[in-house]
Order: sequence, then C-alpha cells, then structure tokens
Amino acid sequence: MKEYVSVTARFDPDGNLLPVKLHWKDGRVFDIDRILDIRYAASLKAGGAGIRYLCRIAGHERYLFLEDNRWFVDGK
Amino acid sequence: MRIILHSDCNGFFASVECLYNPEIRHLPVAVCGDVDQRHGIVLAKNEIAKKYKIKTGEAIWQALKKCPDLYVAKPHYDRYIRFSQMATRIYSDYSNLIEPFGLDESWIDITGSVKDFQEATKVANEIRMRVKEELGITVSIGVSFNKIFAKLGSDLKKPDAVSVITPDNFREVVFPLPADCLLGVGNATKRKLKNLGINTIGDIADCPRDILRFNFGKNGDTLYSFANGYDTSTVKPLGYSSLPKSIGNSTTPSRNMENLEDVKIVLTILCDSVCRRAREQNLIAGTVSVNIRDKDLFIINRQAKLNRHTNLNREITAAAMSVFEGNYEWRKAIRSIGVSLSDFRSGGEAEQTSLFTNEEKRQGLYELDCSVDSLKKRFGSYCVRSALMLKDRELSSFSPKEDNIVHPVGYFH
Repeated sequence: MKEYVSVTARFDPDGNLLPVKLHWKDGRVFDIDRILDIRYAASLKAGGAGIRYLCRIAGHERYLFLEDNRWFVDGK
Repeated sequence: MRIILHSDCNGFFASVECLYNPEIRHLPVAVCGDVDQRHGIVLAKNEIAKKYKIKTGEAIWQALKKCPDLYVAKPHYDRYIRFSQMATRIYSDYSNLIEPFGLDESWIDITGSVKDFQEATKVANEIRMRVKEELGITVSIGVSFNKIFAKLGSDLKKPDAVSVITPDNFREVVFPLPADCLLGVGNATKRKLKNLGINTIGDIADCPRDILRFNFGKNGDTLYSFANGYDTSTVKPLGYSSLPKSIGNSTTPSRNMENLEDVKIVLTILCDSVCRRAREQNLIAGTVSVNIRDKDLFIINRQAKLNRHTNLNREITAAAMSVFEGNYEWRKAIRSIGVSLSDFRSGGEAEQTSLFTNEEKRQGLYELDCSVDSLKKRFGSYCVRSALMLKDRELSSFSPKEDNIVHPVGYFH
C-alpha cells in the first residue's frame, strides 16, 4: 500500500535534501534518528519509484521514498 | 572496433502502469488511448497480454475479443517521460553518447569505457539490474559492434535479458533470423524480398549487391550493409538534435468535420502549433502538406510549395486551406486531419524580398506572432485564441503544441 505522508525536511549546504521528521496521519510525529542509506529505487510493494531513504525511526528501520515532490512509505 | 548497447524497456507503458498498480500485475494489461476521444488503440501491453497475441496498434475491441479479461489502462505520459529520464540518468553513468529512439529505447556507445565484449556484457548486465532496482521495470539490452545489430540484439531475448552479437558470432546468430528482424525491413520490403527468394538476413547478406540495388534502389545498398554488419552510423551525444526534416501535428477531434468551417477551425489550431514550433527553432518552411483521413479511414496526402519560405501563421494557414480546398471533394466527412511543414531553411538567412509584398507589414505579422507565442508560453495555449475558435468549442478544445508527444521517427529520418 502506498501511504503518502507529510515530511519535514532540510536542505544541507550542498543542496542535498534530507528528511528530519515524519508526520503520521493520526497526528503523531516521529523524529528520523538517522539516515542509513540513500539511493534511487523502485518500490514494488507500494508502486512507485524515486529516491529511497533508509531511515532509523524509534529503533526501527523504514524506507521513505521521495517521488517527484511527494513523500511516501510502503505501508503494510 | 566500436561497442554499442541498445536498451529497450519491455512493454514500457504497460510496465510502468503495472508498477503503479500492484493489483493488476497478475492480469493481462494493455495501455490504450481514450475511446471517447476516439484514440482507442493498444499502445503497449504486458507479458501476460502478449500471450493472448494482443498487438500494439490494434483497436481495443479487437484486443478484447482475443482476451475478454484484458485490463485496459489509461496512459500517463507524464510518468513515462519521467521514467524515460530516469533510465537516461542511469545510462549517462556509462557514456555521454546516448541517442534515444522514442521514450523507451536508447543506443549507448560505451567504446571508450570498456576494453572488450566481455566487459561490455558486464556493463549491460549492470544497467539491466540497476533499471530493475531503481525504476522497477525491465529492459532487454543488445550488445554489438554497430547500432543495427545492437537493436536486433535487444529483440532476441525478452524480457530482462542481455544478448551479445560480436564480429565472431554474428553469422551464426543473425543470419538465420527472418529478414524482417532487420531494422528497415517492413511488410512491403519483406514481400519483395520473398519474391526474390530472400527469406533470412543471411540471404540478404549473401545476395549480390547489384541485385539488391536493382530492386530497391538506394535502400538496397543500405540493406546490404545492415545485413553484413557494415553499418557505421554513430550514436549521437545526449541532447543532440539535427535540423528537422519536417514539423507536423495532426488530430482526431471528438466529432467528424462536416464542412469547410469545421476544417478551418481545426487547421487554424494545427497551423498555429506547427508555426510556433518552427519559430521556436528559427526555421522557415518552403512546403506545406495536409493529410486528410475520411470517416472510412481512407487517407489522402497533398502538398504545395510556397512562393516564399515562411513561418507566419497567416501565410501557412492560408496555404494549408488552399491545399485542402483544392484537393478535397467532400464526398465524406473527415475523421482526422494533419498539417506538416518541410523544406526548412534557417530563419536568419538573407532572403529575396518580393516587389509586390509589403515587407513592413510582413515584419509586423512576424512580431505579432512572436508576441502571441510568448503569451502562450507563459499562460498556456488557450490564453489568446482566434475568434473563430468560439464558433465550436468542441472542435477547438485541443492544444497540439502542449499535447504533442514526440514518438519515434523512422530510423532513416
């Protein structure tokens, strides 16, 4: 399932765009503790392709995708 | 020796649609034009639909007859363009010589970055894997020493495969294939070759050149050199564009055109679009062609030479209308119509003025067209329109310039 989400992101001085916080649809906000990997990738599960961020959020590793200018996660 | 890859996205439009809709991946899928707009033909199909012998270009009803469970998907050109750019981004990690052929195919010349076919095959496989991971669709790649065999190679194994055709193995791999596997051999050529007893690519290669030349003229030489692997055409660098041979637009409006006024509305829009495209490239045209298809799909194509090269809306529209009026007898309503400009010259060159034209007025018309162009560029094609368009909003509600998708042109273009 493709779940579009709100994201607070930051541009670093080199122009890289990095997600900082993930706003879940029920109002909870999660800090993205660490970004472990960034690469172009497709999501077969959600159906889409773009830049894939492997994020550590509250001890869990989750993929966050940036497709064009929308963020999504591949929900279960 | 050169090393060239040809990468072909398998069932491109259908693969992208399947990626975006996980629930249709196990179904036979065909991406089709809009039936209400009367563009209802199959544009692409997935592997499952291929098993039902569904062909690109056939009408939706024909496809549904072969496979009643066919899932008919609408095209999303913005997605295809984005995916095409993403594929090119991957290719550009390996070479700057990347020549696209439509949205879904590209030649990549990697001569400079590998030392032999073994390494080239590795690169081809790497590209194939990366496209699968990064785009979620598959490609077939042909690796060879010229563009023709590279393209042929990408058709050998599908989907998600790499085929290699080297100077050492091309006789075994290419020669037994039917003649129409060769780029440039269509139905008509195939039939003619068959009459000469030529059925395979090997037969073409073995045929004395004079016989081919006698039967096919200049194309006979081309066939001979393609079949023997003598093709030397280069892979153009990314962004390369040559002077176009023609600029054209055509449309099938939502209803048939019944009279001269209908045709005038549609031709005015088409002429505006082709003239804008010519002005953008600073080209002036010497020939206007009009293509008419009546409601029984009978096609006529007529052209006229202009007295003087031009890209003015007013002059081109008048020329197109006079070509139309001089050649159509209105026995039947018209289903679709197209206009194209050719015989180009660069607009900056000095030109012979005419004794009887008001050059100042002509310059004024040119400036008027350019001003309207810049308005349309900023605010869209509908912001300034001829009053004629208000007479029939159904016929006039299209914008060929913005809707124009550049489809692959012929290889010999």
